[in-house]
Amino acid sequence: MFQFDLFLQAIFSAPLFKGALLTIGLSLCVMGVSLVLGMGLGSVASSPRPAVRWLVTLYVWLFRGAPALLVLLFVWNGLPQISEVFRAGWFTPFVAAFLALSLIQIAYLAEILRSAFAAVGRGQQEGAAALGMHRWQIFVVITMPQALRIAVPALMNEFISLLKTTSLATVISLKELMTVSQFAIATSFRFLEWYGAALVYYLVIVSVLTLAQNRIEHFLARGYR
Amino acid sequence: MNTQMKTAGTSTPDARPAIQVAGVNKWYGGFQVLKGIDLTVNKGQRIVICGPSGSGKSTLIRCMNRLEVHQEGSIIVNGITLTNQLKRIDRVRSDVGMVFQHFNLFPHLTVLENCTVAQRWVRKLPKKQATEIAMTYLERVHIPEKADKYPGQLSGGQQQRVAIARALCMNPSIMLFDEPTSALDPEMVKEVLDTMISLAADGMTMVCVTHEMNFAREVASEVVFMDGGQIIERNRPDILFSAPQHERTKRFLGKLLH
Ligand SMILES: Nc1ncnc2c1ncn2[C@@H]1O[C@H](COP(=O)(O)OP(=O)(O)OP(=O)(O)O)[C@@H](O)[C@H]1O
Ligand SMILES: [Mg+2]
Repeated sequence: MFQFDLFLQAIFSAPLFKGALLTIGLSLCVMGVSLVLGMGLGSVASSPRPAVRWLVTLYVWLFRGAPALLVLLFVWNGLPQISEVFRAGWFTPFVAAFLALSLIQIAYLAEILRSAFAAVGRGQQEGAAALGMHRWQIFVVITMPQALRIAVPALMNEFISLLKTTSLATVISLKELMTVSQFAIATSFRFLEWYGAALVYYLVIVSVLTLAQNRIEHFLARGYR
Repeated sequence: MNTQMKTAGTSTPDARPAIQVAGVNKWYGGFQVLKGIDLTVNKGQRIVICGPSGSGKSTLIRCMNRLEVHQEGSIIVNGITLTNQLKRIDRVRSDVGMVFQHFNLFPHLTVLENCTVAQRWVRKLPKKQATEIAMTYLERVHIPEKADKYPGQLSGGQQQRVAIARALCMNPSIMLFDEPTSALDPEMVKEVLDTMISLAADGMTMVCVTHEMNFAREVASEVVFMDGGQIIERNRPDILFSAPQHERTKRFLGKLLH
């Protein structure tokens, strides 16, 4: 039967807490890097140079098509086979998961941000250019804030999916939430309590993110109400 | 700094035309939008450009601050020849304000921020000074009380007046208007035209694409009629409107006035 005290113990156990921190940390790292690089890819996706557009399309096609599990295993097991550098000590499960999930996340975010940038409209850039603003100033002050406002709901959805996708890193023994739960179950055989505790962690994190999303959307929507 | 002005080869700065367009040709792919355009705008002149849709009016006016690139001929603004050189484009844009048909205000910034953003990023003015300048011009267009509103909270006429104030904040010597009233409800046209008339009264050099013939009559030093990428004729408004020389002008004005 379900033992409530064991369930509580599991929730407050150090390994699960650390696992949750790792899950959050990995997600934040992946999201941060992917936002910057996805923005780069997304803004050159409409480049006048066909070769650039083609490369972006190819990248997005590849990493949106490849299953996360496959990319994770490829990075973790495949890369060391390709090159000496990936056999060194720095190539930990965390680094491998970060790399693999970023590759995928960049593709998704590039696609979201590309359409968000396109939705801002040329008139905004022209209005700013006519005032004498330079390209990067226009990007940072005019285009990007408006594109982000458009993209935030989709970006937050991607962040939430990412958070859950990090659980796949259990296959490369990254000690995130799911791996830690599996370890505990392997010795205690208490499935319900440990899975339940892990579920609680995911739900809490996602709830906090959802609240944050509302706040961010509210903030970015000023001027549009 | 002033080397380009010297090479422009004019004696006194006041004799220099504000804008000189000479032999300009422009193509979009295989389609020629501008065909041998020659147009000189002197300091303090107010030129109204009219003509049927697709005649190249917007394209011409947008070439004057390099929002569009012309392929042949030359455009000299305040003695600076427009080329791909960013420095030249910057100098021209810092002296040429533009008002668009659809306002192109920044919806995520307040009215005040719309007016200060370029002062701060381009002119590098401190916030306090930029705000003072912005408020001066918002008062000038009669909407200082909207400073903390967002563009989306304003009527079309108010938005267009903010757009004019935003351009004036950069202290331009030339103002370009591309159909500034044609996206407005009829009852708001007047407030925008009145603002433009008061600018004209102050001696601002203006190039204005518009079909507001009463405005043209009242303020234009000259009306330019364009069709098919060419300037068909140009004259003082009273003469052009009462006695157009060309058949195409007659037909266009006939349609517009009746
Ligand atoms: N970016 C572009 N690419 C291709 N063709 C264009 C482009 N912009 C304008 N054109 C074409 O060039 C011609 C002139 O356009 P322009 O906008 O200058 O006309 P206009 O006189 O301002 O017309 P309107 O009164 O409708 O604003 C039109 O036939 C238009 O279809
Ligand atoms: Mg036009």
